[in-house]
Amino acid sequence: MSIAWYLVVSALIFCIGAGGVLVRRNPLVILLCLELMLNAANLALIGFSRMHGNSDGQIFALIVMVVAACEVTVGLGLIVAIFRRRLPIDVDELRELQG
Amino acid sequence: MSTIVFFVAAIGAIAGAIGVVALRNPFYSVLALVGHLLSLAALFLLLRAEFVAAAQVVVYAGAVMVLYLFVVSYIGGGATQLTPGGAPLRAVAGGAVLALFAELAIAVLGSGLKAIDSDGAPYVSGFGTPAQIGEALLTKFLFPFEVASLLLLVAAVGAVVLARRRAGTTLGDEPEDATRWITPRSLFTGTMAEAVGGPHRAQTQPEPVEELRS
Repeated sequence: MSIAWYLVVSALIFCIGAGGVLVRRNPLVILLCLELMLNAANLALIGFSRMHGNSDGQIFALIVMVVAACEVTVGLGLIVAIFRRRLPIDVDELRELQG
Repeated sequence: MSTIVFFVAAIGAIAGAIGVVALRNPFYSVLALVGHLLSLAALFLLLRAEFVAAAQVVVYAGAVMVLYLFVVSYIGGGATQLTPGGAPLRAVAGGAVLALFAELAIAVLGSGLKAIDSDGAPYVSGFGTPAQIGEALLTKFLFPFEVASLLLLVAAVGAVVLARRRAGTTLGDEPEDATRWITPRSLFTGTMAEAVGGPHRAQTQPEPVEELRS
C-alpha cells in the first residue's frame, strides 16, 4: 500500500476526533476524542518515517504518546476533582471560565 | 496480503473512532477506543514500526485505557446526551469536520512529495526495531527523552494534587476532626470485662468537647 493511503486514514481519524470534540459534552469522551486526534497524528508521523526510511519519526511518535499519557493523567485528575465537588460532569454546565 | 491486512486494520481503526464518538455510554466509548488502538497497532506493524506498535498495545491499550476505565467506573458513566444544541449545532460541527477533511485530503493528495505514492523507502534490516529505537533515544534524542520523563513525573504529581481529597470542599463534608482517630489505647486490646461494659470501660471514642464545637 502506498503511503498516501495511510495518510488518508490518518486524516479521517483526525476529522472524526475533531467532530467528537465539537459534538460531545462529557469531558471524559472529549479526552477520548483528543486521544483519537493524537493517534491520527502518530499514524501520519510513522507513515512519513516509513516513506523516508528514517526512524526519527518513530521517536517523535513515542514522545507524542508520552505527552498523551500526561494529558490523560491530568485530565482524569481534573474530572475526579470535578466529581468530588459534586459538580455536573458536563462541559456546557462548567462555564465559569468563559468570561 | 498486506493490502488485505491494511484494509481490515484501517476499517477497524475508523470504525473504532466512529464508535468512540457515537456511543452514548462512556464505558463503551473506552472499549471502542481500545479496538481502535489495536487496529492502529496493526497499521504501525505494516509500516514496520515494530517497537511503536508494541508500545501502543502495552502502554496505550493496556495501561492508559485501564486508567480510563477506572475513572469511568468511579464517576459512574451514565448515558449522556449526544449534542449540546440539538440539530443545528450538530450540522455546524459536521460542516466544520467536512471542511477540515477536504482540506487535509487536498493537502495529502496534492502534495509535491514524490515518494507519497510509493511503498516507502527500501526496507533496511533493523528499521524500527527496539535496538535501533533505543539507541536513537539514548544518543541522538537523549535530551527529549529526559524531558519526557520529567514531564511524566510532573504530570503524575499534578494528578495526585488535583484529585486528592480536600476537607470542606463539598457541602456534605464535616470539617476534619483529628481527635476522631485518637484512642486512649490500641484498638482490640481491651479485656472481656471492658467489652461488656465493666467498671474499667475503655474509652475508645473521646467525648466531644462542647466548648470547642460551639
